[in-house]
Amino acid sequence: MNDVNSTPVISSPFVAESLSVAQVMRTVIYALIPGILIYIGLFGWGVLINIFIASVSAIIFEWVMLILRDKQVRVFLFDGSAILTAILLALAIPPSVPWWIPVVGSFFAIVVAKHLYGGIGYNTFNPAMAAYAILLISFPLELSLWNAPLDQVNQSLSFIDSIKFSFFQNLPTSVGFDSMTSATILDYVRTEVGLGKNIDVISQSPIFGYISGSGYEWVSTGFLLGGIWLIYRKIISWHIPVAMLIAIICVSAISYLINSDIYTNPLVHLFGGATILGAFFIATDPITASTTPLGRIIYGAGIGVITFSIRAWGGYPDGVAFAVLLMGLTVPLLDYYTAPKVYGARSSYDKK
Amino acid sequence: MIKLWKFKGGIKLTGFKSLSKSSEIKKTPVPEKIILPLRQHIGEIVEPAVDVGDKVYKGQLIAESSSFISAPVHASSSGTVIDIDKYPIPHQSGILERCIVIKPDGLDEWEPNVKANLNPESLTADEMRNRIRQAGIVGLGGAVFPSAAKLKPTRTIDTLVINGVECEPYITCDDALMRSRAEDIIRGLLLLRKLLQPIDCIIAVEDNKPEAIQALNTSLEKLKSDGIGSVNTIRVVAVPTVFPTGGEKQLIKVLTGKEVPQNGLPYEVGIVCLNVGTTAAVFDALYMGKPLVSRIMTVTGPKVKKPANFEVLIGTPIEHVLAAAGGVTSENHTLIMGGPMMGIPLPHSNIPVVKASNCILVESAEKQSKATAMPCIRCGLCATVCPMNLLPQQLYWHSRGKAFDKLVHYNLSDCIECGCCSVVCPSKIPLVHYFRFAKTEKIEHEVKAKFADQSRIRTKKREARLERIKQEKEEIKAKRKLERQRKKLAGVKNDVIDNIKVG
Repeated sequence: MNDVNSTPVISSPFVAESLSVAQVMRTVIYALIPGILIYIGLFGWGVLINIFIASVSAIIFEWVMLILRDKQVRVFLFDGSAILTAILLALAIPPSVPWWIPVVGSFFAIVVAKHLYGGIGYNTFNPAMAAYAILLISFPLELSLWNAPLDQVNQSLSFIDSIKFSFFQNLPTSVGFDSMTSATILDYVRTEVGLGKNIDVISQSPIFGYISGSGYEWVSTGFLLGGIWLIYRKIISWHIPVAMLIAIICVSAISYLINSDIYTNPLVHLFGGATILGAFFIATDPITASTTPLGRIIYGAGIGVITFSIRAWGGYPDGVAFAVLLMGLTVPLLDYYTAPKVYGARSSYDKK
Repeated sequence: MIKLWKFKGGIKLTGFKSLSKSSEIKKTPVPEKIILPLRQHIGEIVEPAVDVGDKVYKGQLIAESSSFISAPVHASSSGTVIDIDKYPIPHQSGILERCIVIKPDGLDEWEPNVKANLNPESLTADEMRNRIRQAGIVGLGGAVFPSAAKLKPTRTIDTLVINGVECEPYITCDDALMRSRAEDIIRGLLLLRKLLQPIDCIIAVEDNKPEAIQALNTSLEKLKSDGIGSVNTIRVVAVPTVFPTGGEKQLIKVLTGKEVPQNGLPYEVGIVCLNVGTTAAVFDALYMGKPLVSRIMTVTGPKVKKPANFEVLIGTPIEHVLAAAGGVTSENHTLIMGGPMMGIPLPHSNIPVVKASNCILVESAEKQSKATAMPCIRCGLCATVCPMNLLPQQLYWHSRGKAFDKLVHYNLSDCIECGCCSVVCPSKIPLVHYFRFAKTEKIEHEVKAKFADQSRIRTKKREARLERIKQEKEEIKAKRKLERQRKKLAGVKNDVIDNIKVG
């Protein structure tokens, strides 16, 4: 099958009022900016460096794959999808990682998860999440060292120091790597509950902020604002994020009500980890998500439930990536069985 | 305030209506040549009732059919029939269709039998229906379904809807008609009401046409003061400007909240819906005795000199109509019959105006040629805007794959080809084009499948027949064998007896 119709069709409609794929992708990237800025402000330059390395390598991999697959580079290279994938991947990994982590991640996302499955529009799995899952399994150590908020660190890294750390793993003599990092709230709760501690005690830790992880709760708020803007702009529909967030709130609230000694309150789950980013920016990736209204609600709710299950009872502190990948498998079935009733299907001859 | 419903989907479009918007309707002069296609309606094609060389009057019936779903064709000006052959007609695939060609004599002389009828209210329902049929009236909104067939419902009608929505951008012919002939439309409606006996009559107009709404209301007031009190039950309803509210099924949903059953017709839920142009044609046929020989048409677009509305004789070549509008401003243009959303691109301007032609849009040629289709990113916007609640993106996959069973599952045949999905697609995929193509492919596939089925049945029957003949032959053979043996045996016996006798 030919991807690009080089000879345009002369057929109605003769109206051009829509956004292009590139404009859609660009708008999603703009919506990520508030969250990214807060992230940089509270956690340092590492995240920006990761975004840069991931984006550049993603573009290079995209370009190579387009040439190898004999596709029109001009049409596809700057459709924005590769950069968006790279940014989401960079946001999924910890800010202070060696440079080759985002590069390897981009390789898996663009080359394996995207192009080997047929390129934009054809990939079965969310490229960013597939790459993150592979990184998490392959390099568990690098992927588990998260930065502590700058206000809890004695000395923060300058921009140059951050670059040096990324490429050479050099730190200024005054800074110890351990002092820079801390557990994330989900990881911390998981470990401490595993040791038999009570949530009331655990939440005295400085890792806890106002409602969820200290610092990270603000980053989530930034992504929440961007996500709401995307719904307002009609770039994404409300179904997936709302279903996913409500599902997480419901299951975490039930668990919390049953045993508040070992389960945290829903707000921790909502604003901790990748919940908000996942709900508005990752689960809504159109290519791998369900397309019908009911299908999207089930898809979103499924991601919510699986995410919570992995966090509460699974082997990883967070589960958004695995939940997105697992629910991605159900999409063909969801789309098939949730097709809306067409106009007039419920109506019948009305004898009078 | 009357309660209105909403149909799912639809889009807001820039109207560009002011280009051609004016209540003045100019008449185009009688052209050099009139080409009248024999299929200008849905249903049975009509057969010529005249021969080459015949002299015809304006309004003379020149082709008809005895089929219920069909509409006769009339000469739109007086002159001589010079040819009956295949000519290009306005059609998506540019096919040729049988046409009667008339060389007008320029006198534009009406057929002597065409006389005004001052009291059409006295006609019975059957007489009215018959006259509407004989006048060749079809749905002038674009669907060209024979109106007389619509006016014979098999159940009582609750609501008669007169459709003056005109939701396509650029087109203003119905608007101009409502503004200039509001009273005729209402009088036509009164006759239709007598025919159908509905409880409720609604004239629906999009709220972007306040002058038309005003004109209709003024005429209602005037008729009331003239003593026609029965106009009281007619309501003029302004509907929101959302494309495609003018679609029959969408309009019915908006006005009544009811949905026309899938594969069904509006009368099944007690509604009959006719276009304002059709209603005016009913007025012309019943009051004036005139058959449908002309229609109002918008000539507009960025590449036409003087956009306006014209009353055009059916069969007039489009180049003649374009000349009346001052011609085109640039050679680099696309000719579209109909609106920008659902119109048909025309290969050239030597194609006649037909009963369905509501607009000639002269669009700049660049409008479409730049768009390059990207792969579908499954964003689902197409499904959000689909006014029939279909899943265009699934239909697209299965159209490409020619998966006909899947196309049935996803209700391809319910697609009204409104174009909303194509317009919003960020990948710029010409979805409707795929669906039109798939529809014809599907029909072809079904015809082939039917043929294959028949062949299979024939082969089976033939095999059974051959088998039967073979068996019969064998039976005969066996019988003969048996007989021979018996004879032989008998012979032997006789021999034995003979021998004994001899012995």
